[in-house]
This record gives sequence, C-alpha cells and structure tokens, in this order.
Amino acid sequence: MAYLLELRKVVKRFGGLVAVNRVDFTLEPGRIVSIIGPNGAGKTTLFNLITGIYKPDEGEILFEGRPLVGLRPDQITARGIARTFQNIRLFGNMTVMENILVGMHIRFRASPADILFQTPRFREEERRLREEALQLIRFVGLRASPDELAKNLPYGEQRKVEIARALAARPKLILLDEPTAGMNPQETAETTRLIRRLRDELGITVILIEHQMRVVMGISERVTVLDYGEKIAEGTPEEVRRNPRVIEAYLGRGVAIGAIA
Amino acid sequence: MIGVKAKAWIERAQNGRLFYLIGVLAYILIALFVMIWLSRPGMRDAVWYPLASALAFAGFLGSLLLIYYAPLSGLAKAILGLSVLLILLPILGVRNTFLLEVATQVGIFAAMALGLNIVVGFAGLLDLGYVAFYAVGAYLWAIFGSPQANIAFGTNRFPLEPEWFFVFLFLAVGVAALTGILLGLPVLRLRGDYLAIVTLAFGEVIRVIVNNLDKPINLTNGPQGIRPVQRPPLFFKPWLNAVGIQLDDPTLYALYFYFLVLAVIGFAIWLARRLENSWVGRAWTAIREDELAAQAMGIPLVRMKLAAFATGASFAGAMGMIFAAKQYFINPESFTFMESIGVLVMVIVGGMGSIPGAIVGATVVTILNLQILKGLSLMLNKLRQAGVVIPLINFPLSQWPTQLEPAKYERLVFGILLILMMILRPQGLIPERRHRMELAEALGREAAAAPERLPMEEELSPVIPAPEAPPARD
Repeated sequence: MAYLLELRKVVKRFGGLVAVNRVDFTLEPGRIVSIIGPNGAGKTTLFNLITGIYKPDEGEILFEGRPLVGLRPDQITARGIARTFQNIRLFGNMTVMENILVGMHIRFRASPADILFQTPRFREEERRLREEALQLIRFVGLRASPDELAKNLPYGEQRKVEIARALAARPKLILLDEPTAGMNPQETAETTRLIRRLRDELGITVILIEHQMRVVMGISERVTVLDYGEKIAEGTPEEVRRNPRVIEAYLGRGVAIGAIA
Repeated sequence: MIGVKAKAWIERAQNGRLFYLIGVLAYILIALFVMIWLSRPGMRDAVWYPLASALAFAGFLGSLLLIYYAPLSGLAKAILGLSVLLILLPILGVRNTFLLEVATQVGIFAAMALGLNIVVGFAGLLDLGYVAFYAVGAYLWAIFGSPQANIAFGTNRFPLEPEWFFVFLFLAVGVAALTGILLGLPVLRLRGDYLAIVTLAFGEVIRVIVNNLDKPINLTNGPQGIRPVQRPPLFFKPWLNAVGIQLDDPTLYALYFYFLVLAVIGFAIWLARRLENSWVGRAWTAIREDELAAQAMGIPLVRMKLAAFATGASFAGAMGMIFAAKQYFINPESFTFMESIGVLVMVIVGGMGSIPGAIVGATVVTILNLQILKGLSLMLNKLRQAGVVIPLINFPLSQWPTQLEPAKYERLVFGILLILMMILRPQGLIPERRHRMELAEALGREAAAAPERLPMEEELSPVIPAPEAPPARD
C-alpha cells in the first residue's frame, strides 16, 4: 500500500540533545493516528520536521512518495500539509474571516494586475473563497461572527478558527498539535467529533498530538509513542495501553512493574 | 402652509444627511473666511500672524478630515473633498505661495508615509533607512536633469530636456523598487531589531556614498550638491493664457508641483487600498502578526517581504524625484537619518497600518515643523526686536540665545510627540480598522445558515466510549 507520509530514520539534534532519534513512521491515507509521549519527548519537534520549520540532520521524509526535506514550510503547505500549533498562533489583529483567507493563500490565483484593476477574475475569486470560508466557519461549528478579531474570541473558539484556517488550504494531511489542550470536557467532546468529521466528510488524513487519553483512545486508529526522541511503541490504542514500556515512560519504573504484576 | 413645510423640512434636515452637509459646508466657509481675513494686507506685520496662519491652515486642512468622517454619501464626500483640494486650496495658494509650498511638502511626506506604512504598518518590517530610497529617486533626476551628468560622462548631452521628467518619474519608481529588492535580498532574513539596525545602516551608507561620490568620477558633486535641477515642462502655460489666467512662473511651478504631488498621492492611496484588500495585503498583515504561522499557511516570506519593500521604496523614489525638481538644488544634507525618523513618526502618530492615518500623521508633523515651530521662531524674533521683557523674572527676550529658537526643536518635538502618543494613544490618531464583510455577503450567510446548522449535542451518539477502567495512565 502506498504511504501518504513516510519518515525514514529521521534524526534531529539541538546541540548535544537528540530531540528526535532515528524515528521511522508511516501513514496510510485516510487514517487518524496519534502521537503521544511525556513532555519533551519530541512530538512537536517531529511536527516541525514534517512541516519544514526544522531540517532533519539525518533521514528522509516522503510525502506521496516525494521528498520533503529541503523544502520551505510554505512549499510544504502547498504540497498539501496543513497544521495547527500547540500554543494557538492565530493572527490576533485580523478578523476570523481574514485568518481563514490567509489560510487560503496558496489557492489565490489573481495576479497583482488583477488586484489593482479589480478584474472580474479577482472579484469572482475573492467572492468564491469568502463563501467557502463561511462554509468552513460553519463546518467547525464556530459561533462567533466572521468579523470578530481573532484575539477577542474565547479560547475554545480560537482553537476552532485555527482548525478552519488549516483546512482552508485544502490539505491532504493535517497535523493537529494538542487540539484539546485547555478545553473542558464538553469542548473536548465537540473537538473530538470535529476531528472525526475531518476524515469522514473531507477525506483528510489526521495526525494528532494529544495528552488527553480519552481523546487518544477514542478516535485514534493507531498510536505512536515517543520518549526521549525515540519511538518506544506503536500499535492500536489497546496494544499501546498495555505496553509495559509505555507505562514505564509515563509513570516510572516502579509503577510499571507493579502494573504488570 | 409655509410654516408646515418649513417644519417638515427642518425635521428632515435634522434627521438626515443635509444637517451634516450644512455643518461641513459651514466649517469650510468659516475656515476659508479666516484664511482670507488673515491674508489681508497689514496682517502679516502682526506679532501673532505666523502662529495664527499656521493654525488657520491646519484648521482648513482639517475640513478634509471632517468630510472623511461625516456621514455623507460617497459622491458628496468626493465632491467636497476634491473642491477643497483642487479649487479652494490652489486659490488660497495663489494669493500666498507659502501655503502651496507647505501643502506640497505635506503631500510629499504623505506619499512617503503611505509608502513606509506598507513596509512598517502592513508588513511589520521596521525600516529605519527609508530615506535612502528617497535619495535614490532624487539623485537619479538630479544627475541626468542637470549638467552634472556631463562632468561624470564627459559629454555635453545633458541636462535632459524638461519633457524627460515624466519618463524619469517611471524610471525613479523602478530604480527605487530595484534598490529595495537589492537591499531586501540579504537583509530580510533578519527580524525585528536586527532588521531595523541594518536598514538604519543602509540609509547612512547611501548618504555617505552620495556625499563622497565626487571622486574618482564626479557623479554626485559630493557635499556641494547639484544645481540647477531641471524642472518639468510648463506645457499648460499657453492653455492657461488662452483662458485668460496670467500667472508668473514661480507661482505656476508652485501650483504645478502641488497638483503633481496630489496626483501621486491619489495613485498611492489607490494602490495601497487595492493591495490592502487582497491576498497580498492579508499576507503582509499575517507576516506582521506571526511570521512562523504565516509561513505555515503557505506564504513565501522572502518574496512577500521583498514585495512590501519594493512597493514602499517606489513611493519614496517618485517623491524624491519630485522633491529634487521642486527644490532646484539637492545635497546629501536632505537625506539624513532624521528624515527617516520623521517619516516613521508620521506613520506612528497617524496609526500603523492605517492609510488615512499616514496622511493625517504626515500633515500634523509637517505643519508642526514647517509652520508652527518656524512661526514661533518668527514671533520670538519680533518680540525680541520690540524689546519685550518677560515680567516677574525680568528677563529681556533679546538675551534669549539663538540656539534655543523653536525652529531648532524638531527632534525635541518628535520625541515629545512619540512619548505622548505612546502614553495617550498608542494605536495612533486614526487606528487601523479591519474590514467588515460586505452587507450582501452577510445576508447570504444568514440565509444559508439555517439548513447547515451543526447537529445538536443530543442528536449525536457519543464518540468516546466510557472507559471501563479509570484512565490511570493519563
């Protein structure tokens, strides 16, 4: 089966610290998978490597069979990978609508001449994409007005805008970095449902970094566990849940032995 | 009968736009009356004349702001604004060319502020060497529009004929934009403070180059500067004579540059507004807000920053060239670091990222510098000559040292202005406003919203199966 994303022995070092150590990772299209691990395990670094913010020191990253290493983040986005950030990074002084339109950047075709003379091509494109942005706003279930400044939205709404902005590029793969962090149980349930719909209704493959085990166990088809930059386990949620190395990584050695016994 | 009609009319006037229209017209008329009253013979000898004239002129220009904010139809605003700018101001200017000079200078700085606003306000790139592009435009025309090029290239082809001015206006835009790109390529990988320092240095480098390029080949005539710079052709003089308007050449040139600058500003506003409301402007703002997130959205950082730099630089290039032709003489002194700071102050005072703000900022700062501070100096001189003594402390004004003349307070004023703005109104006089959606779109949304509502909580089956055991491994 052809992989959508494939990481081969990827290494990233920061000085003496090996943040990601020879990680292999494959992902078939149409999956929802999670990456978990204790704080500092290298999960976000892995996202930054895939999206081109960092360059791997060793190894290869392939997307649809073509190498990503060496491309700039914007070129990688244009290939069809979108992401959200662990600490929300919306454009605070822009409206919700504008945030989503920025997410559509790679899809605008109007030339500077079209813009200056407001040709029909420019107007039509602007109208069409704005309409689509409104659909996205509805899709993620945003209650706020599209004209609201992003920085004035409550936390949960900001997370939704960030997902809508990532969807705006029409990605094939979306990387969500702790999408439910700081949410109450109701918001978490809502977001979990939304993540499912990304795959079921839009056909987008999802990689998730998540700390809330309820979310991980509830929607992931496969879970990859990182610890100290290394992949220590991989499998279905059930398998991972029972894996002694995972328990050890999370709770320490003594507890792990106790749990098995 | 008539009483009822009048009553209805007054009611309509009070509720409607007519009320505002009358108010705006009254304001313009009063400002105009004050200006005309001040221009009567004999007025100029009054001690308070310079200050009063500066304030009156500021008030007169303020009518444009009033028109901008008044709740009138677009057409009414356009007619009022254009008649102030294209008819009233030139008429006042012909009676007193100093006003035209100030208005032109305001215009030059307004166009520069509009350009810098794209770089600093839209894209968030702090450029402290903006005057370099102004210098590039100015020297481009100064060299080829004067005999200077003969010395440099050993011909006698130069100066170019006045008609070349317009060709060079486009050339200046292009060359300044190119300079912006050449500077930007190595520099735009830097962020924030580092970018500011490098651009500051670049501005100084250009000034020092211009100051020293009188040898080995004498291209810029060094510190002596270049004179005389060719002016654009007075092609319309015969037409004016034909309709019976007889004006001397200095007044004609003053009017000419005024209208030229106005045309360039019009173009600059048009360009900035169109870009602002497109994916280009949104990409710039996104870069300003969060560079990393912007790049993750697929925005090519270097290319978009270069575009901002080049667009901003091109405004400065065009204005530099008009400045050179207007001044007749340029030297490196006109392109110091203080000029860059001055334009930046205009952008900050007006409101970063705001197009009307840039224009208001330029007007306030320029009138402050050119009219109010100089006016205060003139007043002081008059009082000094009259032998006025400050009461209580018995200080004769004639002993006031010339180093402390208000006209020399430019830097102090910039400083105080910036401090006051940061304390009282950090977002600027006219802050940037994000765009609301158009009404039609909003209505479309209301109509379409109903069928696509998300299912309610209860309608959905729970996606998370209740965990059998407490999630101990969280």
